[in-house]
Amino acid sequence: MKLHHPLLIAICCAAAACGKKEQPVTNAAPVATQAASEDVVRVGSVAPLTGPQASLGKDNENGARLAFDEANAQGLVIGGKKVKFEMISEDDQTDPRTATVVAQKLADQKVKGVIGHMNSGTSIPASKIYSDAGIPQISPSATAIPYTGQGYKTAFRVMANDEQQGAVLGNYAATKMGAKKIAVIDDRTAYGQGLADQFEKTAKAAGAQVVVREYTSDKANDFTAILTSIKGKQPDVVFFGGMYPQGAPMAKQMKRLGLKAKLLGGDGVQTTEFVGIAGADGEGVIASSPGLPIDTMPGGKDFISKYTAKYGAIQLYAPYAYDAAWAMINAMKAANSVEPQTYLAALNNVNFTGVTGQISFDAKGDLKGGPVTLYELKGGKWTVLETVKQ
Amino acid sequence: MDSAGDRKAVGARFIAPAPLRMDIFLQQLINGLVLGSVYALVALGYTMVYGILELINFAHGEITMIGAMVSLAVISALVGTGVDMPGVLIALTGVLTAVPVCMALGYGIERVAYRPLRHAPRLAPLITAIGVSIVLQNGAMLIWGRQYIPFPPILPTGAHDIGGATISDVQIFIVMLSMSLMAALMLLVQKTKLGRAMRATAQSPQVASLMGVNVNNVISATFMLGSALAAVAGVMVSAYYGLAHYYMGFLLGLKAFSAAVLGGIGNLAGAMLGGLLLGVIESLGAGYIGDLTGGFLGSHYQDVFAFFVLILVLVFRPSGLLGERVVDRA
Repeated sequence: MKLHHPLLIAICCAAAACGKKEQPVTNAAPVATQAASEDVVRVGSVAPLTGPQASLGKDNENGARLAFDEANAQGLVIGGKKVKFEMISEDDQTDPRTATVVAQKLADQKVKGVIGHMNSGTSIPASKIYSDAGIPQISPSATAIPYTGQGYKTAFRVMANDEQQGAVLGNYAATKMGAKKIAVIDDRTAYGQGLADQFEKTAKAAGAQVVVREYTSDKANDFTAILTSIKGKQPDVVFFGGMYPQGAPMAKQMKRLGLKAKLLGGDGVQTTEFVGIAGADGEGVIASSPGLPIDTMPGGKDFISKYTAKYGAIQLYAPYAYDAAWAMINAMKAANSVEPQTYLAALNNVNFTGVTGQISFDAKGDLKGGPVTLYELKGGKWTVLETVKQ
Repeated sequence: MDSAGDRKAVGARFIAPAPLRMDIFLQQLINGLVLGSVYALVALGYTMVYGILELINFAHGEITMIGAMVSLAVISALVGTGVDMPGVLIALTGVLTAVPVCMALGYGIERVAYRPLRHAPRLAPLITAIGVSIVLQNGAMLIWGRQYIPFPPILPTGAHDIGGATISDVQIFIVMLSMSLMAALMLLVQKTKLGRAMRATAQSPQVASLMGVNVNNVISATFMLGSALAAVAGVMVSAYYGLAHYYMGFLLGLKAFSAAVLGGIGNLAGAMLGGLLLGVIESLGAGYIGDLTGGFLGSHYQDVFAFFVLILVLVFRPSGLLGERVVDRA
């Protein structure tokens, strides 16, 4: 390709310069002195680095990078050789198709493991490629049930999944809130339905009666008809499995219709955007989110200072990416090998206290006893009610 | 929990299906009427344009969205500067900004996308209509972003109790405003010179132009009128639901178009009737379909139910409920 346009050339130069800046890890240690005994271990990190979720993606990348940098600084010896991690960061643009392309790229580069992806929608299609290539994949933040439900031995995650979250919510409604009659609404998406199904199952098992199950869509904004019908059945709690664009108008319409029941939701509702749209009508809504609030995490304070010194403010999932990376490093240490076929078995047995809590996996690759935190909207802020450890 | 009580409650459900509660029924009617009057207002825009040009202006739903977005931008800016104005006045300023913007937009769309194709095959303006709709949607996404934009809580939140059902001030206002706008439009079409020109153009553009009617001006005026109504509808929808989004025009447009077809497209009274009817059918459908079928069909069939009614009407009356009175077409 010929570069005619000066602007194009400028962009290419800039990109090349950035490329260099992006890999301080590789050049950090003086190579000449240790070259003989040093083993360079390539690992991947995938998250959306462009598009609307770019800030969250960069946060994940930084979290993983922090862990690998620390491991390099410790001078780990694995399999008799000093190892140096080289992290290759890829951008999946929150797009399932791009996710499979970058996953294949990483598989072709024979990385020893992958931290990612950030979203369920990208982690799931990519997981088949990693499984075929035998590369362990640890997602910091994908919570959809099918991610680990496909039977791939290489798929892990360090955050409570939607099944665990739905169960916590169901128990909370039936026992702590003392709800006898519950109405359940879902938005007919994989996320909303999965969460609502698990909620319904657990709430019923805990003795509550599900008086009605209603449905809406993830594009609707009028719920008055189903809410009026629900009002006639006088439930104590209305559970909504879905996202805030539906949850917030739902809260408003419940107030308007004089529906006294409490609205309960999952992490799709527990967002700052919900507060903005629902306004005063959102007061008293209870919603959950997997994990702990960062200042109550076991390693939270320490992590905040380490992270902010290097990368600035934490966005959201950086501590999970950090723990995911350490889970991989610890498994390599335990197996005394960086080869996936050897350390994969050790990954099933890792057990350590990470920043976010105790990290160990069950047979499916889900986090064992992943904590879920419940919040109530009070005075325009999500305030912690309690954290449930399973 | 007491399991005996639980069993009794479950048993009771099977023995006696929940009796029809009047307050709930009334509430569903109110819900339907409010929803329906918004549909009717948007449906008028479809039906006016169809009446004159026999063109389905698929970009009409998007004009509703632009109306909501523009008014929200003005309202948010006013609220942001902390102007000491009553909420209703701020909302009114929003509406008064959105209406001319949408009228200009409606005029521009007709000028750019439809007028050059007036004598082209029917399919061509339909394609440009879809194109305009996509352009407007993506343009709005670029300007206002993809996130949901909250409507500031500036409107009165009072509510009234009618026989156990609740109706809020905003709902009353929506119904009243829709009804008066529809009445004004009827008067305009039936009693004014412009209205007579519109009716003449609807019957035969050629003959109307021979009689001294400037057909192009009449068509522009029709688009601008429809867009003004759409702008008002857009503001009402965003105020009612408390949010606006670049995608909100699509579904609303589709529903309003169905309402126009239900009432008989090209017929003004038909669009109003169709809108109100569709709103009420949707509301009652979603509210009672689960109970009537013993939970076999749930509220996810609410749209199926509404469109089933539409199909049924069209099978027996292909021109819609009021579609025969061609003379009244505007």
